[in-house]
Amino acid sequence: MNPIVPMIASTVVAATPLIYAALGETIVEKAGVLNLGIEGMMLIGAVAGFAATLATGSDTVGFMAAAGAGVALSLAFGFLTLNLQTNQVATGLALTLFGIGLSAFVGHNLAGTPLPPLPPIFIPGLSSIPIVGDLLFRYDIMVYLSLVLFAAVEWFLIKSHAGLTLRAIGESPSVAHAIGKSVLTTRYLAVMFGGACAGIAGAYLSLVQTPMWVEGMSAGKGWIALALVVFGTWKPARVVLGAYLFGGVTQFQLFAQGFGLPIPTEFLSMLPYAATVVVLVIICRDPKTILLNQPASLGISFHAAA
Amino acid sequence: MQLNKKWKFLRLSIAAGLLATSGAVASAEPLKVAFVYLGPVKDGGWTQMHDEARQKLEKAMGDKIKTTFVENVPETADSERVFRQLAADGNKLIFATSFGYMEPLQKVSKVFPNVKFEHVNGFKTAPNIVVYEPRFEEGFYLIGTIAGQMTKTNTLGFIGSFPIPSVMRNIDSMTLGALAQNPKVTMKPIWVNTWYDPGKERQAAETLIAQGADNVGQNTDSPASIQVAQEKGTYAFSIDADMSSFGPKAQLTGTTEDWSGYYIAETKKVLDGSWTGNRHTRWGLKEGMVVMAPLNPVIPPAAVKVFEDTKAKIISGELKPFVGPISDNTGAVKVAAGTAMTDTDAAFNSVNWYVKGIEGSVPQ
Repeated sequence: MNPIVPMIASTVVAATPLIYAALGETIVEKAGVLNLGIEGMMLIGAVAGFAATLATGSDTVGFMAAAGAGVALSLAFGFLTLNLQTNQVATGLALTLFGIGLSAFVGHNLAGTPLPPLPPIFIPGLSSIPIVGDLLFRYDIMVYLSLVLFAAVEWFLIKSHAGLTLRAIGESPSVAHAIGKSVLTTRYLAVMFGGACAGIAGAYLSLVQTPMWVEGMSAGKGWIALALVVFGTWKPARVVLGAYLFGGVTQFQLFAQGFGLPIPTEFLSMLPYAATVVVLVIICRDPKTILLNQPASLGISFHAAA
Repeated sequence: MQLNKKWKFLRLSIAAGLLATSGAVASAEPLKVAFVYLGPVKDGGWTQMHDEARQKLEKAMGDKIKTTFVENVPETADSERVFRQLAADGNKLIFATSFGYMEPLQKVSKVFPNVKFEHVNGFKTAPNIVVYEPRFEEGFYLIGTIAGQMTKTNTLGFIGSFPIPSVMRNIDSMTLGALAQNPKVTMKPIWVNTWYDPGKERQAAETLIAQGADNVGQNTDSPASIQVAQEKGTYAFSIDADMSSFGPKAQLTGTTEDWSGYYIAETKKVLDGSWTGNRHTRWGLKEGMVVMAPLNPVIPPAAVKVFEDTKAKIISGELKPFVGPISDNTGAVKVAAGTAMTDTDAAFNSVNWYVKGIEGSVPQ
């Protein structure tokens, strides 16, 4: 068996939850809100998606429930930071801790229950092309949807009027407010979108990648998604590239071990983090680009003057 | 998680308070036995097995004892607080069910000399601390027996957590068990540097299978590799608990633990006053602490017979997993012909070499 094809396939599967979570956070941050609660929202999404799929037998319902649960949690974050103007960093961290605890509590009786995996979609004809078919046309639907999401986010931010408003609010909420844009509504919608994406990312773990529920199963992926947004300088294409890079290097280091390369495993385990940071830093090394892309009012509460 | 723990503490303290007020009236109070768990009781693995044993203990001893447990206790200074609280609440026998509680236990045991502590897999004993440990290598040797007979590619895989002696012994004994049945097998290890990360375990299993390993063992905690094997039509082996529900076709067998025999024996010792400190107990298949998960019906009868014969020989003591001659994969002799390395040898507790048949070099 040619080992390259399955390697690439597992890279894609490993990168997909990161793509969802990181694209969601990109929109949130572009609106000037820093939500550090991705990890918590992912876990809530994972447990909600798992429970809903177990109850109904439908993955679609599972993913919808996960998105809903992510939105619910993000609304709590929105209320605290946008209405009550609490510190976004502290509130986000609290959201992660809350999500970890709540998901463990809710999922207490779900642990140890297996779930049948989501069948891959075999596009007739295309999937039987040797190698190319295996490489491109044998994934579950959520992989393809993550690419659709990427295109949509890219289009929204760059081409759409609403995206322009969102970016303006992220840069200078007071100016946007002065010309009649509702900062609160836009930021709420952005935060909810981020919550939905994080929820879906979590459900991807509990429904597709490893169809089971176990406490803390996101194992830090929410933080990696967060880092990808920053190192990808808030550009969706770079964020997605970073996610694939991270998944790919993780896969490569396991592959290298299986071949018995004489490299310390601790070094190999570090490699995905190091490689992703290095590559993205090289791509985005121009400080001007960073400044240009970083939302100027990121993490700063906005209080509309009466 | 945190809430849950707090709630348990609250209940504990209420119970302790009630006992304190009613204690003067009651004559024979039950012995209070406490369990401290690393994970949640429904983790489907390590902690769950301890909790099932606790329930068996309660059933066996009836109203002579009263058990409590605290779950999700991290291996940090937090655990010290939990041990102090449990001892202060009047628990006389405390089972600490994770390796990382070793240092906190050392501290707390000095403050509560009348409380008896039992620590799993550790190596530091005291007048009121004893250590207990299963002979995991026996289970892994038997896993190897099956893997060696079932492999078609003559390539086995192993998902390792950390290259520490207790894990090195498991990959070594699985390989030795396989080689005894099939001298052509080679073993591919992958170290994931975590005990628990379903996503990474899954990637490791996929990599091993892509590189031709059709029988994959594991020393990590999630059933991810069993799920992968089920999808790809290869075989895998569970650890700690029976994980066959995650891959009924894929899981051939596995090594699990039944702690109840030991817990009952130790509790009886405390009750009749024969409990002593400074002991190190290792139990295996013979004593029933290591139990093999059910064999998959796909295994042919001839292979099952080899498995059962080998198991019988290990139980009778005729076969020891680390019997010489054993050389490592660089050719150095580690166990001389005619001798066996057992758990009383110092070398046993510092195994840091791959037996011949394992590819690559040990991560240092």
